[in-house]
Amino acid sequence: MHRITEKVVLSENIVKTVFEAPEIAKKRRAGQFVILMIDDRGERIPLTIVDSDPVKGTLTIIYQVVGKTTDQLARLEPGDVIQHVLGPLGHPTEIDGIRTAVCVGGGVGIGVLYPIAKALKEKGTRVISIIGARTKKMLILEQESRSVSDELHVTTDDGSYGYHGFVSDVLRDLIATGTKIDRVFAIGPVPMMRVVANVTRPHGIKTLVSLNPIMVDGTGMCGACRVTVGGKTKFTCVDGPEFDGHEVDFGLLMSRLQMYAEQEQKARELCRCGNHDR
Amino acid sequence: MTDRDKTEKKDKKERIPRQPMPEQDPKTRVTNFDEVPLGYSPETAMLEARRCIQCKKPGCVTGCPVDIDIPGFVKLVAEGDFLGAARKIKETNCLPAVCGRVCPQEDQCEKLCILGKKWDPVAIGRLERFVADYERSAGTVEIPALPAPTGRRIAVVGAGPAGLTIAGDLVKMGHGVTIFEALHKAGGVLIYGIPEFRLPKSIVDAEVEYLKKLGVKIVTDAAIGRLKTIDDLFAEGFHAVFLGVGAGAPVFMNIPGENFSGIYSANEYLTRSNLMKAYRFPEYDTPIAKGRNVAVIGGGNVAMDSVRTALRLGAENAYIVYRRTKTEMPARAEEVHHAEEEGVQFKFLTNPIEYIGDERGWVKQMVCQRMELGEPDDSGRRRPAVVKGSEFTIDVDTVVVSVGTMANPVIPMTTPGLETNRWGYIVTKDETGETTRRGVWAGGDIVTGSATVILAMGAGRKAARAIHDYVMSL
Repeated sequence: MHRITEKVVLSENIVKTVFEAPEIAKKRRAGQFVILMIDDRGERIPLTIVDSDPVKGTLTIIYQVVGKTTDQLARLEPGDVIQHVLGPLGHPTEIDGIRTAVCVGGGVGIGVLYPIAKALKEKGTRVISIIGARTKKMLILEQESRSVSDELHVTTDDGSYGYHGFVSDVLRDLIATGTKIDRVFAIGPVPMMRVVANVTRPHGIKTLVSLNPIMVDGTGMCGACRVTVGGKTKFTCVDGPEFDGHEVDFGLLMSRLQMYAEQEQKARELCRCGNHDR
Repeated sequence: MTDRDKTEKKDKKERIPRQPMPEQDPKTRVTNFDEVPLGYSPETAMLEARRCIQCKKPGCVTGCPVDIDIPGFVKLVAEGDFLGAARKIKETNCLPAVCGRVCPQEDQCEKLCILGKKWDPVAIGRLERFVADYERSAGTVEIPALPAPTGRRIAVVGAGPAGLTIAGDLVKMGHGVTIFEALHKAGGVLIYGIPEFRLPKSIVDAEVEYLKKLGVKIVTDAAIGRLKTIDDLFAEGFHAVFLGVGAGAPVFMNIPGENFSGIYSANEYLTRSNLMKAYRFPEYDTPIAKGRNVAVIGGGNVAMDSVRTALRLGAENAYIVYRRTKTEMPARAEEVHHAEEEGVQFKFLTNPIEYIGDERGWVKQMVCQRMELGEPDDSGRRRPAVVKGSEFTIDVDTVVVSVGTMANPVIPMTTPGLETNRWGYIVTKDETGETTRRGVWAGGDIVTGSATVILAMGAGRKAARAIHDYVMSL
C-alpha cells in the first residue's frame, strides 16, 4: 500500500500526485516508469516517474485525466492509498556525452520530459527546452522547465501565451538558424512526436521519443505494449519506453491506442454516473 | 468354494468401475466461468478409493514428481477419514487442490497404477482434489508443528508452482523464506494463466494463504532484476536464492500484420481475463475484446484455455488453428474433449501466414496455408509441410497467438555469473537445480522451457533439499 502525501491540480485536467514508494524511490532513474493499480478491481496503468525523493521515500507522477482510472486517481487525496505500484520499469534514459540537447514536450508530456531535462542538465549538457500546450491554462511546469534549461521556448496552439504555433515550428526555426543539436528528446501526444521526428529526420539529428502504448503487466510477459520499430516488433515495457523516433511506426501505435476506445468510454460514463462508486 | 465362485467373488471386488466426475452441462457452462468438473461426493470418493489394491511397491508414487504417499491417503479416504487424508498429502505437497485439478495424471501417477493394465486406473487426481476441497470447505485446515528456526534466510523469486513448492518445503525445514513476485498476486500461471473454469482463483488464494500461515513471507509488486538485483538480495542477508521465474515471454510468429489491433498473445488474453477479471468488465476496470470470430493459433493446453475463454466471452465462432493434426496436439485429451463438447471448431493442418486489417487497423481476416505431414523430425513428430498454392482466408476479428513462450531476459541480464543457454534458459549444474552462480538455484520453466505445473513443483522439491544442505553447511 502506498500512501499519497501530496496532490496538486496543475491545470484543468492535469494532476500531480506524490506517494510513498521508498524502495522504488531509491532505485529509480530518469526515463523509467511504474505500473500502478489503485484497488483490487482496478486496471494496471503505466505512468512515468517525474521525480523521486530517496530521503522522503516518495515518487511523483503527473497525469492527464482521460478515463476512468486517471479520474479515480485524481480524486485521491493525501492520506488515501494506491494499492499496488510496480517499478522502476523500463530502461533509464541514456544521457551521457550529449553537448546540446533539445527537449520538446507537449501537454502532459512536459511532465515526462522534465526529469530527463533535469538529468541532462546535471550531466552538464546544454539544454534547450520547447514546451507547448493547446492553450495557456493547459500549460504545466513552466517554472520547473526553466530551472533546468539554458533556453526555454513556450508555445500555445491558440496563441494565448508564448509563441503562437506548435513546438515543432520552434524546433524547425532552431535548426534553420544553425543551432548545433546533438540529440532531440520528444515527448507528448503521438501526432506531435511524429511531426518532430519528421522535422529532424532530413537533418540526421538523433531523436528519441518516449512511447505510451497500452500495457498490462509491464514486465515483458504479454506483448500488449508491442510497437514496430525499424520494422521489428519491440515490447515498450522492456525494450523501451524510449525509441529512435525515426524508426517508430506511429500510425500503428495510434491505432493500437484506440483498441479499447468503446469500453473506455463506457467505464468512464458508469464512473461519472456514480453507478460504479467505490 | 468352487473355482468359479472364487473368480466371481474376485471380479465383484475389482469391478467397482472408475467413478465418473459430474460436470456442468456444456450448453450451460459456455455461458459462465464456473468450474466445469463438479467434484466427488464423500460417498463417491469412498467408493473410488476402495478400488485401490494398496500395492506393496506402488507404481503411482514413482509417477508423482512430488512423492505423495498415494496408497496412504487413498486408504484414509476409503475409511472415511478425509481430514487425515488431507494431512497425509500435505506432508509432501502444499498445493493438493491445484494438483488434483491441473496435473496430467494420465501421464504421471495414474499411468503407473497397476489397475490401469487391465481396467481403469484409480482416479488419484480426483481423490486428491476431493480431499483438499473437503478440508478447505470444512474450515479445518491444520498448521503442522514446525522445527526450531535455523536462522537461515532464503529468497524465492517468482510465486509460481516451483516457487510456492520450494517455499513450503523450506519453511517446513525451519528456514526463513521470502517470496518476491512481480505481479500483484501470488500464483504465477495458476493465477494469470489457467482459467477460472479449470482452476478457481479462490482455491489458489486459499493454498497461498496456507503457505503464509506456515510462515512464508510473500512480497508482491517486486520486480527482481529492476527493483533489486540478485546481488542486492545477498547484500540484504539472504543465504541462498531460488529462481522460479518461469518462461513468461510470449512468442509471436513474426508474420505480416501480427500487430493489428485484436491480435493478442495468449499470455495477454488470459492475464486480462484471469488475473484482471476482464470477463467481469465494467465491474472490474480491465477491458478485453469480445470477438465474434475468434481464432486461437496453437494446439497446447494454453490454446485450449484461450479458445474456451473466447467462447465464454461470447464468440459465435471459436477456432483452433493448428498446423498438425489432432494426434500431435500437445494439449491434454480431457481439455480437447471439453473444448469439442463446448463447440470449439478445429482447423487442423492449417497455418496462418498473414493478417489483414481494416481501415481502423483492426484485424479482419487471416490468410492461411494448408499443411501436410511429412517425415518425422528430430523430436519424432512428423514435420508439417506447406501444400503449395493452398492459400485461403478466414474471417476473424480477434486472434490469440498461443505458439509458446520463452525465457524473460531481465534476471540473467542483471545477474553476473549466471549462465544461460542459447535460448536464454538458465543453465543448472545437475538435477538439484544449482546454477553457475554460488548460492543461486533455479527450477521450473526458466530451466526446462515451457512444461507442466507439476514438473515445476518437482523441480522446486529437488532444489529444496539441495538448498537445505547448502545453507546448513554455511
